Amino acid sequence: MKPIARRDFLRGSLAVTGLTIAASVTPFGYSILNASEKGKEAAAGFEPNVWIQITPDDLVTVLLPNSEMGQGVRTSLPMIVADELEADWNRVRVKQAPGASQFKNPLLDNQITVASASVRGFYEPLRVAGASGRIMLVAAAAQTWNVPEGECEASKGVVEHKKSGRKLTYGKLCRKAAQLPLPKDPALKKEAQFRYIGKSMPRLDIPEKVSGKAVFGLDVQVPDMLYASIARPHAYGAKPTSFDQKAAEAVKGVRKVIPTPENIIVCADNPDAAWKGRAALKVQWGPGSHPDLNDESIEKHFIEGLDKPAAVVVKTGDASKALSEAAKKVTATYYVPFVAHATMEPMNCTAHVKDDRCDVWAPTQAQLIAKMVASQVSGLPAEKVHIHTTYLGCGLGRRATPDFVAQAVAASKAAGKPVKVVWSREDDIKYDFYRGATCQRIEAGLDSKGQVAGWSHKVSCSSILKFLRPQAIKDGVDMYSLWGIFDAPGAPTLSRTAYEIPNWHVEQYLSDLPIPCNPWRAVQNGPNAFIMECFVDELAHAAGKDPVEFRMPLLADSKRAQRALQTVAEKAGWGKPMPKGKGRGIAQHTCFGTYTAQVADISVDEKDGKIKVDKIVAAVDCGPVVNPDPLIAQIEGGIILALSTALMEQVRFANGGAKSASFDDYRVIRMSEVPEIEVHVIKSTDKIGGIGELGVPALAPAVANALFNATGARVRRIPLTPKVVMEAIKTKGA
Amino acid sequence: MIALHVNGKKYNVDVPGDMPLLWVLRDHLKLTGTKYACGTGECGSCTVHVDGEARRSCVTQVAEVKGKKITTIEGLPDNHPVKQAWIKEQAPQCGYCQPGVIMQVAALISKDKKPDADSIIAAMDDVICRCGAYPRIKRGIKAALEIAKKEGKRA
Repeated sequence: MKPIARRDFLRGSLAVTGLTIAASVTPFGYSILNASEKGKEAAAGFEPNVWIQITPDDLVTVLLPNSEMGQGVRTSLPMIVADELEADWNRVRVKQAPGASQFKNPLLDNQITVASASVRGFYEPLRVAGASGRIMLVAAAAQTWNVPEGECEASKGVVEHKKSGRKLTYGKLCRKAAQLPLPKDPALKKEAQFRYIGKSMPRLDIPEKVSGKAVFGLDVQVPDMLYASIARPHAYGAKPTSFDQKAAEAVKGVRKVIPTPENIIVCADNPDAAWKGRAALKVQWGPGSHPDLNDESIEKHFIEGLDKPAAVVVKTGDASKALSEAAKKVTATYYVPFVAHATMEPMNCTAHVKDDRCDVWAPTQAQLIAKMVASQVSGLPAEKVHIHTTYLGCGLGRRATPDFVAQAVAASKAAGKPVKVVWSREDDIKYDFYRGATCQRIEAGLDSKGQVAGWSHKVSCSSILKFLRPQAIKDGVDMYSLWGIFDAPGAPTLSRTAYEIPNWHVEQYLSDLPIPCNPWRAVQNGPNAFIMECFVDELAHAAGKDPVEFRMPLLADSKRAQRALQTVAEKAGWGKPMPKGKGRGIAQHTCFGTYTAQVADISVDEKDGKIKVDKIVAAVDCGPVVNPDPLIAQIEGGIILALSTALMEQVRFANGGAKSASFDDYRVIRMSEVPEIEVHVIKSTDKIGGIGELGVPALAPAVANALFNATGARVRRIPLTPKVVMEAIKTKGA
Repeated sequence: MIALHVNGKKYNVDVPGDMPLLWVLRDHLKLTGTKYACGTGECGSCTVHVDGEARRSCVTQVAEVKGKKITTIEGLPDNHPVKQAWIKEQAPQCGYCQPGVIMQVAALISKDKKPDADSIIAAMDDVICRCGAYPRIKRGIKAALEIAKKEGKRA
């Protein structure tokens, strides 16, 4: 097999003879420019971000800045371009863009596939870029025929002069079009004129994923490449004290053993030999920084955090006064443990560090972060680092963190050869950057009408930013860990709760545990939605109100959130009594600009505490929909992943490090546990929102609220294992 | 040297007999469609056919399959009912586990032409798809059975 020729398309991509349309990120958004203007614009500080190339062979090539990890971005972004451009879909090609600042998502100011931001970040720029191209092609045709532009019409890659019936293809017009000025404020299509947007288009990546030809990170082949496995400690902070280098070197296929102060890299001809060599090292490790760390000590740590001094995040009105005057008070403490990403493709990366360049082939969600890290580790300037993005075997946020990139670059630099670092499943679970744990105590007061009068909220949680960007922790507040409760005003993550809470007080205590954390699909919108929505359910119960009816006034400032809740209630037949042994729960959540609500129908066996989720009904309002079928698949997948965390996932710790290390001791959901799922996409012309992560947040609280509905037992933690459920049933009302 | 018969071709590979078949396929024969995900037979991403039976190649030592007929995802024809059905139902998301899933389904429907919903779930419950493509895998199996029935052969 030939090494993947990603370099080839890099070479070809910018040397185009034809019309090339670019969009430029500016501090105030974006602007569209013709590539022929690029030189002078670049000097003025513009950087092109999305490229559309139309070439004489009648092909339209879209450079894809984002990582394809199953969400369908390789299809949805080109659909947006093709629609406004009036391209013939059969003549559209997609090329993965290199890691370069011109490919930044304007919404995030980074080339990164996170925060459900691909379509919502590129929807408008790509429409404008496509429309600009179409207008220029029409103008080129009109000039060619010497007729008014208004008499010419573009359709599926051809411009036609209606009166005379003359036609020219985009390929024939592209050179002339490239000489024309860009239209100012190009008119965009009306919804009724959409050719592709809003229609389910088959995903372009699926055929090669079915044939087995799709190249994921682990499939990258570079001539003369070695495989590296890295011996790392069980306990956080532990250093090697002794190891048998000779024994490792004696393993057939092992080529090089590279000890570093923190770990030992074993390079070999194949992964099997690399792992055998690593085992032969028989490394002895020191005790680490927290030798007594285990499940119990971790939970105790977070509970104790509730009574430690904390940063004040929200102070609206006077919560303590409102609570002291409340007709009724409800207090509850919730806990959500660490969960692993456990992407099907374990972490891996291939790097080749040479004297004057560094190539990195990575299943990464964050090309520019990978580039920066590779530059730091290789010692080469960033412009000498070339990031080649492969398909990602699940991302889930894990692949935005560049630890595996740094390892591959370091290993290649040390070995003097191309090196692919391969993590075993055990490595992948043990050395994950987990979804952070959180423990929260909420005290809320209801007035005499049963409405929320005040709310005091203490969050004791892992810090994500501590491991990602410590400088982004402002005044002791880690906003990532608060999403779903609060978000910085104006932030593109739009993850403040949709509830308008009077007399609202929120504090955050950040844990100093060494357990590394990272965004995990929906980030802390997942755990925080679980806590918010279960607690609101408790309040509804305390107020003697129906959970939907109770939420509506709290959502008065968000008509879209109200509509999502109302829709799911109608579709699920909310309000009908459930038979014995069954329960129904509801939850809503808003983040990344999208409004969701879910209803869970479950069966509970009160003898053994086993939950079976029978059906999930979901309502989603993300504004305009680009590709409906993959959108529904994303919501289904998010629901299933979230159900896995709601029912069974928890990373176990012992003796200072992670104990979970396989799919045997880290159980994840399988087919028999998957409920019937019904997704209702609300027709909406409101502002566009994200989708990739939106199936997750409302699921766990809907299930836990259904458990309460079925049994009267309130479980204030996930996972809802049979043991946890039985304990809650036994102690209910206590 | 170990003689292997993969996708209708014969190979001689110079590897230790205890090397998992998975790595021989991926790194010696460059058939990277078969995926590594757990290494312990728990997830199914590495499933191939050995003499028509679904086998987890990550826990199959290469010496065990000497001379046997091995089929990988690359060896399953493009017009195979399961491959057709997977495209029709748009089953994969990230797609990483799907070659193994497809091979397991292909083996399943070659044995049982009319599996009911429960026996499909029972037969597929040792597979992990972290994207949660399960609803579409189920639909894909149904579609594959229909395609196979129409074609009246293969599968």
